[in-house]
Amino acid sequence: MTKSELIDFLAEQNPHLYQRDVERIVTTIFDEIGAALSRGDRVELRGFGAFSVKQRDARVGRNPRTGEAVKVAAKRVPYFKTGKQLRDMINS
Amino acid sequence: MAGETITRAQLSEAVYQEVGLSRNESADLLEAVLAKISDTLAKGQSVKISSFGSFSVRSKGQRVGRNPKTGEEVPILPRKVLVFRPSQVLKARISGGNADDAA
Repeated sequence: MTKSELIDFLAEQNPHLYQRDVERIVTTIFDEIGAALSRGDRVELRGFGAFSVKQRDARVGRNPRTGEAVKVAAKRVPYFKTGKQLRDMINS
Repeated sequence: MAGETITRAQLSEAVYQEVGLSRNESADLLEAVLAKISDTLAKGQSVKISSFGSFSVRSKGQRVGRNPKTGEEVPILPRKVLVFRPSQVLKARISGGNADDAA
């Protein structure tokens, strides 16, 4: 399922809403999650899962093609941990 | 890091501010989004949200684990796990966002 299929589904479920409003709703949700993560905040959605940011230290990596050592800068990466309820749904 | 925790309340408030539906309806729509994503994943299908990331289900085979307390071998049954892969856009947004206050 893509974002636009998700929007189509919600628009069908909510015929009283304009398609463009449904689109803004979905966009807002994911934008807000992204904004929270870029502030270093955590987003916890009980039953679904939690988005957080993990710190990766600087390290010396290697170009796999040339074998040359390259410095990889420290960075922050988004991380998602599946919630219990969703994990159970996937395994049932 | 700011280190605050955002929950459904703040997300549905953002939807409320942005679209101007009632607070109740904003909360319902957020729930509908999460439910649809969950149902899709439960069917084993993946979910791709452009400029955010994709969720997919991966099957893990059976392997032998060990009870760390007793040392006893226990089989870990085959199961499915959810994998989230952030998009390049989200990665860039996060590694770029106040990287200076990370320390």
